[in-house]
Amino acid sequence: MLVVGLAHYLTVAAILFTLGVFGIFLNRKNVIIILMSIELILLAVNINFVAFSYFLNDLVGQIFAMFVLTIAAAEAAIGLAIVVVFFRNRGTIAVEDINQMKG
Amino acid sequence: MIQALVFYMFAAITVASGVMVISARNPVHAVLYLILAFFNAAGLFLLCGAEFLAMVLVVVYVGAVAVLFLFVVMLLDINFVKIREGFLQYLPTGALIGLVLLVELVLVFGSWSFAPGAPLSVGTHTPDPSVVTNTDALGRLIYTDYVYLFQAAGLALLVAMIGTIMLTHRSRGGVKKQNIARQNARTKETSVELRKVPNRGGI
Repeated sequence: MLVVGLAHYLTVAAILFTLGVFGIFLNRKNVIIILMSIELILLAVNINFVAFSYFLNDLVGQIFAMFVLTIAAAEAAIGLAIVVVFFRNRGTIAVEDINQMKG
Repeated sequence: MIQALVFYMFAAITVASGVMVISARNPVHAVLYLILAFFNAAGLFLLCGAEFLAMVLVVVYVGAVAVLFLFVVMLLDINFVKIREGFLQYLPTGALIGLVLLVELVLVFGSWSFAPGAPLSVGTHTPDPSVVTNTDALGRLIYTDYVYLFQAAGLALLVAMIGTIMLTHRSRGGVKKQNIARQNARTKETSVELRKVPNRGGI
């Protein structure tokens, strides 16, 4: 218990991942909280990468965590831009109102 | 001993603030809890010896992404009370799926182990931190073996930047802006008019 091993980090990451998925369902109407939940999921994946990198003594995991971070930043920027544009056009960001592309 | 205590502290605060992110009533609070989660995840990274990533997490995530979230939440005039209606309606489904996911992950971790010889088979060992620092070792790998991937990441950021600007940029009417082409196209004939003013008459 007092020696922190790989399983400890994986458990933290698993709990964070589950919280992220749970958050998407819980805040199904608020697209900003959904984006934040996605950030939580990506953070959990990054913790997994870094933990494996440390315990396997392999640096490539950290490099991949960095790429995940890059893509997460790009995704957040694009997502928030879409939210801002949608709010400007419709005056709401409730997810059930987003149906303009429905055929 | 101290390492374990620090780990449990960081892990507990990360998970607790993760819970608060998805359950906070006020989205501004949710963003602030997200920042707390990022800070403590950076602490976990530090415990794993990934100093560069920890600092990048603080600078990029807390300094850029979370502040971007904060800006958007504060700038948009949204009735968050109305949007939260039916919050409990999705609770059972979400809890069920979260529970299933957690149980699956626990089952995977319970029965999982390294393949024999897997830690030895990797080609890129982490160098001794007292000889080569973490940032140095990462740079040596990124700029040699992973340079194409690095460029691709930069390209993704460029595409995201252009896309964001294209999405949010709008040309508003009635704004006085400098038009250099029009300024240069002006001549003396089009802009100055000479009139003969009669005596005591005015124009």
